[in-house]
Amino acid sequence: MEQAQSLWQFMQQQSDKLLQQTLQHIGLTFISLVIALLIGLPLGIYITRHKPAAGPVLGFAGVMQTIPSIALLGFMIPLLGIGPLPAIAALFLYALLPIIRNTYTGIEGVDPLVKEAAVAMGMTRMQVLLKVELALAFPVIMAGIRTATVINVGVGTLAAYIAAGGLGEFIFGGIALNNTNMILAGAIPAALLAILLDFLLSLVQKMGRRRRLSTLWAMPVLFLLLSSFYVLPFGYSTRLLAGFTPEFMGRSDGDIGLRTVYGLKIRTVVISDAVMYKAAYEKKLDVISGYSTDGRLKTYDLVVLEDDKKIFPPYYAAPVVRKEVLERYSELGPVLNKLAGRIDDSVMTELNYKVEHLNQSPEKCARDFLVQQGLYREPAPVKEGVVRIGSKIFPEQYILTNMYAMVIRGYTGLQVETKSGLGGTKICFEALQHDRIDMYPEYTGTALLAILQPPAVDTKAG
Amino acid sequence: MIKVENITKTFGEFTAVDHVSFTVQEGENLVLLGRSGCGKTTLLKMINRLIEPSSGEIYIDGDNIYNRQPEELRKKIGYVFQNTGLFPHYTIAENIAIVPRLLGWDKQKIRWRTVSLMEKLHLPGEYLSYYPQQLSGGQQQRVGLARALAADPPVLLMDEPFGALDPITRASVKKDFRQLDELKSKTIVLVTHDVQEAFELGHRICLMDKGMIVQAGRPEDLLFRPTEDYVRDFFEDQRFQLEASVIDPKDYDTLIRAFDHFKNKGK
Repeated sequence: MEQAQSLWQFMQQQSDKLLQQTLQHIGLTFISLVIALLIGLPLGIYITRHKPAAGPVLGFAGVMQTIPSIALLGFMIPLLGIGPLPAIAALFLYALLPIIRNTYTGIEGVDPLVKEAAVAMGMTRMQVLLKVELALAFPVIMAGIRTATVINVGVGTLAAYIAAGGLGEFIFGGIALNNTNMILAGAIPAALLAILLDFLLSLVQKMGRRRRLSTLWAMPVLFLLLSSFYVLPFGYSTRLLAGFTPEFMGRSDGDIGLRTVYGLKIRTVVISDAVMYKAAYEKKLDVISGYSTDGRLKTYDLVVLEDDKKIFPPYYAAPVVRKEVLERYSELGPVLNKLAGRIDDSVMTELNYKVEHLNQSPEKCARDFLVQQGLYREPAPVKEGVVRIGSKIFPEQYILTNMYAMVIRGYTGLQVETKSGLGGTKICFEALQHDRIDMYPEYTGTALLAILQPPAVDTKAG
Repeated sequence: MIKVENITKTFGEFTAVDHVSFTVQEGENLVLLGRSGCGKTTLLKMINRLIEPSSGEIYIDGDNIYNRQPEELRKKIGYVFQNTGLFPHYTIAENIAIVPRLLGWDKQKIRWRTVSLMEKLHLPGEYLSYYPQQLSGGQQQRVGLARALAADPPVLLMDEPFGALDPITRASVKKDFRQLDELKSKTIVLVTHDVQEAFELGHRICLMDKGMIVQAGRPEDLLFRPTEDYVRDFFEDQRFQLEASVIDPKDYDTLIRAFDHFKNKGK
């Protein structure tokens, strides 16, 4: 099969993008690291001088560290919008704790007698700090910088969710597109980057005092140089800016189609669908790859463009079910088909709107719809057998999953188990293939292009 | 000359040093003697402003030390610590050169001074490139002394300089210390709790208790003319060795007094 394209071939084919993403990734890592150093080092020193402040400062940095990274990025969007700014801010907050804490611990660990001797010999406060405290705390502080660097390389992959680029674009694109090579093309360089940077910094950490002195002057220069790898995309604001999901970027019924069929060549950034609509509403983006049924189209008053050249196949929501399950429970197929043809785009949009904007629970929404359609039945007497339903992580899937669950319980009496936390097409499909779930709602277009994978499309935009 | 006037240091409710006054003549060795917690180290640290007093004044060569930059003051006062306080990240040569470098001496002069101090303190020259932890305790203490002497300060403060050494090492370091010509001209204030050491090294001794000086004077004054019972009791355990060490056989008055003392004690 064409699918057997090797990882190496993929990386070669995508070398431009790979290089660009790697440089962006290094840039993001170091910009935030430099800022964290500029603030963390003085703050760490300050709290050794003003002990009562140590608790609150370390506490604050510790709390920042415990916020899940994707949530932290989410908090950043209302404050800083999308793009590199919130990504750098979030990475900076993550890098802060190891730097402050190790500076503090390192200086506190210096033998008080040695400090007293330094003072007794007539050193000024600054000389004691530079020649004694920081010199002796150096290995501990470097350990903190190494930790911060590795954290930043790792968390930096999430920058791809908010249009800041980096190696996460491949990783999340690959997950969404069911493309293992693409995932690895992002994940392997990210891992190597973390190992390499950690190793280089470990060399500096172990350096003797004298060689270190010359290296220390080079470090800020080098850090700034590495930071400059990230070219801030300012100055483009007059032109159209499109935000597409990682999945959309790599599909022929997506960015590739837009470029080849429509000749649409606009600047694009990769962004998570969770924040995409809001970003468009807040005028951070001009064009987005929305779902035509998403409730937020209505919430944010967004306009759906017509696809007059038909690059998008129809996206009908349809249950994808394991064949053996359909055979085992022969009643299942007809029951699921009761929903067929009842949910068109405008119905789905309305349902999504209820959940996303009016904050109805997906369960209530699904039930109301079934009642209105005259399909709702109280659960039938329990029979032997369980159907496991998976869903991707967004409201429409939750609603559909609930509908399936209700009709299955109402008409067949089979038990239903829902697994509603599957991150993307690839994860759902893998789960289905490996018998972890029995069915999940999928869209005809996606099933056709991403899962069944027609002869490989040259994903390099032509 | 060091003149301490009515110096007091309180830490909260606790009075560590209580209205103490004394004078150290140029070239004199003064020992501050007392049990731990008597305030002797606090008193010593006030002379180079490692600790600031609550009240009182200190003069060195007539200048009030509180009118000077503490850093400038300290560069002219050598300080020897009980546990050396050597910089673990500096070589022996760098440790000795700290104060000369702060004073901006040129490299050649520092080199020459370092090498000559190593010789005087009987330390092999190859140790210059070693780190402190590679040396034995006695060698480290010698380096600590060399570091204090490096810039040839007129005043030397020593805080239990032999306190951390085993008896044999202590005897040998002490011997070098006594034979060191450089020390003869220095004004030295030395803190110890060791009575023998006080008698060996001190021209004069201040015996301290509870932050106050109980009695100050030459060793034999404290021994034979104690002003209080505390002083007599303090030396009682080691009286014989101490008397033997201070009595000049030609000093008949003292000899007779010592003889009387033992006779009375025998009764």
